[in-house]
Amino acid sequence: MEDEQSFSDICGGRLALQRRYYSPSCREFCLSCPRISFRSLTAVTCTVWLAAYGLFTLCENSMILSAAIFITLLGLLGYLHFVKIDQETLLIIDSLGIQMTSSYASGKESTTFIEMGKVKDVVINEAIYMQKVIYYLCILLKDPVDPQGISQVVPLFQFTGWAVGLQRDSSQRGAVRPELLPLRPHPCRLDPLVVGERLQMQQP
Amino acid sequence: MVLKAFFPTCCASADSGLLVGRWVPEQSSAVVLAVVHFPFIPIQVKELLAQVQQAGRVGLAVLGTWCHRRQEPEESLGHFLEGLGAIFSHEPWLQLCREPGSKLWSCKATRWQAPPGPAAPGEDQIMLIFYDQRKVLLSQLHPPAVLLDRQAGDAPASVGDLAAVFDTVARSEPLFQSDRFGEGPVRLSHWQSEGVEASILVELAKWAAGPVCLLLASLLSLISAASACRVFRLWPLSFIWSKLSTCEQLRRRLEQLTLIFSTQKARSPAQLMRKANTLVSVLLDVTLGLLLLSWLHRKDRIGQLADALIPVADHVAEELQDLLQWLMGAPAGLKMNRALDQVLGRFFLYHIHLWISYIHLMAPFIEHILWHVGLSACLGLTVALSILSDTIALLTFHIYCFYVYGARLYCLKICGLSSLWRLFRGKKWNVLRQRVDSCSYDLDQLFIGTLLFTMLVFLLPTTALYYLVFTLLRLLVVTVQGLIHLLADLINSLPLYSLGLRLCRPYRLAAGVKFRVLEREAGRPLRLLMQINPLPYSRVLNTYRLPSCGCHPQHSWGSLCRKLFFGELIYPWRQRGDKQD
Repeated sequence: MEDEQSFSDICGGRLALQRRYYSPSCREFCLSCPRISFRSLTAVTCTVWLAAYGLFTLCENSMILSAAIFITLLGLLGYLHFVKIDQETLLIIDSLGIQMTSSYASGKESTTFIEMGKVKDVVINEAIYMQKVIYYLCILLKDPVDPQGISQVVPLFQFTGWAVGLQRDSSQRGAVRPELLPLRPHPCRLDPLVVGERLQMQQP
Repeated sequence: MVLKAFFPTCCASADSGLLVGRWVPEQSSAVVLAVVHFPFIPIQVKELLAQVQQAGRVGLAVLGTWCHRRQEPEESLGHFLEGLGAIFSHEPWLQLCREPGSKLWSCKATRWQAPPGPAAPGEDQIMLIFYDQRKVLLSQLHPPAVLLDRQAGDAPASVGDLAAVFDTVARSEPLFQSDRFGEGPVRLSHWQSEGVEASILVELAKWAAGPVCLLLASLLSLISAASACRVFRLWPLSFIWSKLSTCEQLRRRLEQLTLIFSTQKARSPAQLMRKANTLVSVLLDVTLGLLLLSWLHRKDRIGQLADALIPVADHVAEELQDLLQWLMGAPAGLKMNRALDQVLGRFFLYHIHLWISYIHLMAPFIEHILWHVGLSACLGLTVALSILSDTIALLTFHIYCFYVYGARLYCLKICGLSSLWRLFRGKKWNVLRQRVDSCSYDLDQLFIGTLLFTMLVFLLPTTALYYLVFTLLRLLVVTVQGLIHLLADLINSLPLYSLGLRLCRPYRLAAGVKFRVLEREAGRPLRLLMQINPLPYSRVLNTYRLPSCGCHPQHSWGSLCRKLFFGELIYPWRQRGDKQD
């Protein structure tokens, strides 16, 4: 079973949300942003090369041109392989865990799996980004020492859902301070990013 | 709760039989380890399981039946398999079945007694998770899941689901020792059933390692005993040892070799990895050193080097002399205090003169010294690098001396100026209270103090200029030495074995697992494929980096600048706390 909806992210870009129901105990949410556009690629390349030609006419050194070619190629490769994320997938398996996969434009995939036993709760967090308040989903992990405490806040759909912004290093407790709203009774006023309906998960 | 059945992929093509594995009641997951084939005698199967249970301290049981329908529907087999549940009673009783279509799997879990919960007795919801037994057995989870002390008996119940799966597979290794060519009473199907994986070379190496390690360990203990002799602890010698980085490197190398050839068995995987990393780094180091040695000894390069060394030292001294002459004139158009300038300049020139005569005295022996020192490269490239660093330190000793003189003079002036400035304002430093107090001075004291202050202020630029120039020279030498030490540290601390393992066998170092949903048909159980998620390279480096000898800079940039401004001595990064002052 599969359905698809489109949303816009906090910067106004288009996002497509796919929901797949494999079985009652396993479902997948897949958020994908548009692929790299031909127009922006051309614009960046032309800018770099025009600048290189400008320098070349000034200095008359052909090293500049070859350097520009290398910079463009390496920059594109690095951008596709390390920066540009096309798709982020959240696979939720009942009584097993939550798996987050982000696939880069070059095909590289980085996966993190969080066991259900470590998940304390899934909440919607509020944070101030630039001059507005944004909402995002995050997983709270249990502290192995103190069962009431939270050891880590793992944001979901970090790259496609809400454009970068927040500190990624939230490993220390209290690094992300805003109020943690429990997900279930919260009214649905999260226009920019409504990821599925309520994610119902039974804690083991 | 959903019932999870972990099933090894290697058993997917096995014939029908019994499923053997472990039932984890907390997570309601069944970890299937092997398939027992027909014909078998139930007592023998139970005996085998008891043996494995004793060896690996893990509770194994017959979990259910496995039915692989090849071509024709075997109705009789189905009834027979159901009947087996009565012999091996287990709660719940799994019935896995694979249809000839190869993609159609069915799974049933029957509970004989009603569970305490509200759920109806009978069948549960089931999820099939396939795993690669070999990879799961060989991989090592990071971070290690709770301390798996084997003496504690049963597997710890508090660890996570996946850690329990990994632990179960690792503990039931004795089960995988029998292959299908063996004459055992029970025929099993698992990842090694086609033949036990082993290598003759590895077995030979294991066999030979014991006596070799014993021999080398005794030799090394002899060497370390000799180096701990009291003669070397006497004052001048111990001072020299502490200053030379070569000695430190040699001590380090001795420690590394002792670690490698220690006859004790590594107790934990981390220790084993550390041993292997040290071995590989020492091997690489020695190989590079030997390459350097062969390069040096070919075509009489040592002679050329020795011939080149004296002119270089001469050249450096000449440049320094020129610099001093320039400073004694009007450097960069600045007008210095002529008398002080001349005194300082002559003092330093005399020093350079002394240095040159010393070098020329050494000239005939340099080639022999270099030849003997070059031999030490067979101990490793790092030793050769530390010798190079020490040589640089010795050859630029005059620069160091200039720097110290300049710094001391400058420091004295700064101190004098600061205390006279307080006097100028009618205050003084109270040593007992560690603060500045006001104080009433006599007229004479004020007059003398102000006079001295004025003189010091006017003499300061000359001293500051000398200090600045020699500090820059000193910083250059320190930077070169620091780079050499960084290189040596890199060779010493890089975990090459772990990196190679991550590159060639990514599943050996696991950060966790990842799941993939396999194709599913309506009405059939969900099938997942569990794969090993390899550790990222950065975490491999962080986890397995060998302890380095503390080459990280002691000062932050701010404190370095502060020290430079106040004329306190700075030492190379390498220096330890005890040599600070």
